[in-house]
Order: sequence, then structure tokens, then C-alpha cells
Amino acid sequence: MKTVVYIEKNPINNKAREVSLELTAKAYSLMEPLDGEVVGAFIGEGLPNNSEELFTYGMDRLIHLTDERLDNLQSAVYKNIICEMIKEEDPDIVLYGATHNGRDVAPLVASKLQTGLTADCTQLKVDDYRDKGKILYQIRPAFGGNIIATIVTPEDRPMMATVREGVMPLPADPPEKSMEVEKFNETIEEDLLLNEFIDVVKKDDTVNLNKADIVVSGGAGVGSEEDFKLIHDLADALGGDVGASRAAVDFGYVDEKRQVGQTGTVVRPKLYIACGISGQVQHRAGMEDAKKILAINTDPDAPIFDIAHKGVVGDLKEVIPTMLHYLKEEE
Amino acid sequence: MKKIVVLAKQVPDTENVGDEAMKEDGTVNRSKLPAIFNPEDLNALEMGLNIREKLGGTVTVISMGPPGAKDILKHSLYMGADDVYLISDKKFAASDTLATSYVLAGTVKYLGNVDLVLGGTQAIDGDTAQVGPQTAEKLDFNQITYVEDLIECTDEHVMVQRDGEKQKEKIKTSYPLLMTVTGNSNDPRYPDCREMLKYFRADLETEFDEEEKKQAQKNDWIIPILSADELGLDEERCGLSGSPTQVANIDNIQLSGGDLEMYADEDDSIQDLVKDIMKEQVEVE
Repeated sequence: MKTVVYIEKNPINNKAREVSLELTAKAYSLMEPLDGEVVGAFIGEGLPNNSEELFTYGMDRLIHLTDERLDNLQSAVYKNIICEMIKEEDPDIVLYGATHNGRDVAPLVASKLQTGLTADCTQLKVDDYRDKGKILYQIRPAFGGNIIATIVTPEDRPMMATVREGVMPLPADPPEKSMEVEKFNETIEEDLLLNEFIDVVKKDDTVNLNKADIVVSGGAGVGSEEDFKLIHDLADALGGDVGASRAAVDFGYVDEKRQVGQTGTVVRPKLYIACGISGQVQHRAGMEDAKKILAINTDPDAPIFDIAHKGVVGDLKEVIPTMLHYLKEEE
Repeated sequence: MKKIVVLAKQVPDTENVGDEAMKEDGTVNRSKLPAIFNPEDLNALEMGLNIREKLGGTVTVISMGPPGAKDILKHSLYMGADDVYLISDKKFAASDTLATSYVLAGTVKYLGNVDLVLGGTQAIDGDTAQVGPQTAEKLDFNQITYVEDLIECTDEHVMVQRDGEKQKEKIKTSYPLLMTVTGNSNDPRYPDCREMLKYFRADLETEFDEEEKKQAQKNDWIIPILSADELGLDEERCGLSGSPTQVANIDNIQLSGGDLEMYADEDDSIQDLVKDIMKEQVEVE
């Protein structure tokens, strides 16, 4: 079997995106038992400056088409190049990061090739399916996270899926492979470079919630932007980072890049503290894999307590200052 | 003058699961969730109306779904859409995103001479964000996804801000074009009183008998239903047979529950809580 992983670059640091490393490692774990191959496919103005790192996660080969005209997303051109790469490599599986650009271009490729694409998978495995031999099981939450669906593409090839960043953790001791980089020869269709980029402003990439060991999140129950300072204070005291539920973001208590959940960042810290968060499924989808969850909520029936390990039924505006007081004593 | 089509979907309100929709075992009874206008599709409609107000032309809202989806089409009329169509056929049942986009693209072609197609980035029941791009591909339209601001539009081009995730992109491009818009791109307008008075009796074409039809036609109350045959679609590419992906299994999510340790909201026990947290964090490391 063969898996192609679509590799993307983070324009802020010019490195391969985390999700590209994660998918390479995942593809390796799927292919290794079957003696399969993992091929990276990259399109952009220049290779990521840590390309060698991809090979430390089990990539066999990296094919790329680099050209300065491809520095930003040109959907139609990207689609055609990826389709050509797939035609040449003839993989069974193609994986994409569920990034904004991945989610832009993967459906175009699926439509052109008339094959299946499953978005935002949380688990992937290869196993026998009826009389179809080994196929990819694509497991994802659906219905706002209220159900988990297993999706298969039994007839068409390649079987394609997208996965969000941070969902599939990197292995501790990945296999190292030797670096093999090949240029993919394909002419760029000038008339399909339809997007003129007038201005591009890099975003602040300093929020890196899925790297934090401790995440303290506030929800609607915080009540105001002023009181959200308590969440920052508790995070600071614990050396953690600040997260939020969608409600807190919608109310404008905190910037959207701190949103944890199905839309937002997926985190799995050692400790997650949910303050004034009821625990709707879409929030749980982004934090329920935390090693320990502490919930602080005035409502003893809030669903967050169903997944928490520790809980306090109380007003966070009193509980957090008390915690801060004792944290200071601990020091 | 621009001919604009907005793709709209009626969805179960998965974001506000109330007690009445929760079953005893902690799973969700999906049939008990209220059906709503997919939130980002309202933003798409608002953007379409804004463009029409600047450039002239028409805004047509199309929705693929069961007859109940007429509710969002009526809402579209109340907001100011010129025409609405329900795309409904038993042959469309169990369509995945590829089959859905085949039907939607077929409808846009049926309407003819469309300059701009708009839709929400994703629907809250599936969260795939695939139907927009796949429709663009089938129409051979350029696309811009994750549009968060319409900066400028003229008869020749549009300029928008795209949320490129790691960067904000100001992009200029021309028609024909499909754009998917995000929830923060604008504030969808409320229904207009005059439009509500005009269309409150609007209904699906099948709901009027022969006698009523004349008056309904005169008053623009008829919501047409388009079927696979009327759209000239290949049956094999619709519904289950046109869907490469299949659902092999569905599991309801159950809240795990279990080893919850409660601390009273009193100074002593909060102190214990802080100590326990600190101790555990050291242990994990």
C-alpha cells in the first residue's frame, strides 16, 4: 500500500506545519505493518526549512513542486498539481491537514477525481472490510460532536481524509529514514493563477495552546471581560496558558485564537481547568483527552462534571481568588 | 448587474442541545433538535444581498433537502431574496458531499448565467466544509474559501479578506466565482416587515390546489421544487450511488462519568485542591 501526505508550510516560521509531521507519523504507523510506503507531496514557493524532520517521522520520499508563483494558495492550480501527483504515485490513501488551505484544496481534488473525502478524522486505521480487502477506516465526530461516525470509501481510490492539527499526537521515538527529495515536473497553468494577493499579513502565532501542559479556560459563566482576568491570573500562577469556550469568544471576553473545541484548538494538556464552562459537546471535543480535568461551575448538573476528575461547585469569582491565595502559599 | 446564487441548508441545531433532546443514556435524540437556517449560510445570504444592493441583479437561494426546508427559503424571502428553489427528490437521499455538490452544481447550471455563488464555510451538522469547494470544482468556477470580509465589489472583480489561518489575505479576483463565508463576515439582517407581509403565504408548489394556484402565482407565493429529472441529472451520480463514502458505523457519544472527586467550596478544601493539583503535576512530569 501507499499513502501520500499533503505537506504544508507554516508561513510564519517557514517550517512544515505540525499537522504535516503528525500525519507523516500516522501514515507511517498505518503503512509500516503492511510494508507500505509514505510519500510527502509539497506545493509552494520553497520547501519547508525543516524538511529533513519529515524523514525522522517515517517519510520515505518527498515530492515537490516549488515556484515563486505558488507562494500563496491558487486553488485551481494546486488542485491540478495534486491530481497529477496522485496520478503518478497512484496511492491507496491521501491524507491532508484540516487546515484552511487543506480544507480548500482537498475537496477540489476529491471532486475532480470523483473519490471520497472524509473531513476532520479523529482516528484512522487500516483493516479488512467485507470483501474489499484492506481499506481505511475514517472515524470522525459528526452532528456537532454528538455522534462518532466510521466512514469508509469502499469502491473508489484513493481514499482521502483530512485531520486537524493536534488531534494525532507525535510518537515518542519515531523511525528515522534517509532523506529522499524529488522535484515533480509539471507546468504551471498561468491562466489558472486567478487569485491576486493584494496584501498578506502574517498572524500572531504566539498562542500555542496545544503545546501547553496546563490550560485554564473560561466560559460564559465568567460573565464579563473584566472577570476573565481571573482566568489569566490563574493560568499565570500555574505557569499555564489561557483557553476559552466558544461562548466566551462570542461574548468577546477573549480572542478567538484561544478557543478550545471542535471549532478551535484541540488540546490534551496534563491539566485542564474549565471555569464557568457547561461542557457542550463541541467544547468537550477539544479537551476531553486532557490527563486531568478540573471543573469549576455553579451548576452541579453541568455536563462538564461528567468528564471531570475534580470538581468544585461554586462561583469561580470566589473559588479562583481562594486558589490564587493558596497557590502563593505553596510557593 | 450580477446573478447571485446562495447555497443554504437547513440543519438541526447541534450547538444548543437542550434537556428535551437528551436521552436517559446521555446520548442525543437528533429528531428532537429544532431545525434552523445554517448560521454561516445566513452570512452568505447577507453578503449576496449587499452585493446586489451595490451592483444590481438578483439573489436566488437554493436549498437541497426535504420539504421542511421550505422554512429557511421563506426566511430568505423575508430577508430580501428574489427567488428561492427547493431541490428535493427521493433520489437525493443519502448523498455525501460529492453527490450533494453534483446536485447543487447541476442546479446552478440549470439556473444559467450565474456570476457568483455564495455559501457558508460549513454546516453545523456535518462540519465538513467540502460542499462549497466541490460545487465550485464541478462548475469550473474559481473559489475563495473562509471569506471574512467583502472589501470591494465591482462589475469586473471582487476584493475580499480571506482567513488564511496563519495569515490574513487580501485577494482580488474576477467572476465567475464561488465564495464560502465565515460567521464573522457580517451581521445578517432581520426579516423585513414588508417582505414578510408579501410572502407569509408563500409555500411549496405542491401545497396549492388548482384554484389557489392562480392567485399564488400572481402574488409570487409559489416555491418551486426541482427534481433530478427537471435538472437533467444523472441518477447514478445522485444519492447513495453517487456517494463514494459510506457510513460503516455510528456510535452515540456517551458522557463517560466515573472518578469525579468533589471539593467543597470552602477555604480548607480549596487548599487541598491546590495541593493535590501541584502534587499531581509533579508526578505526571
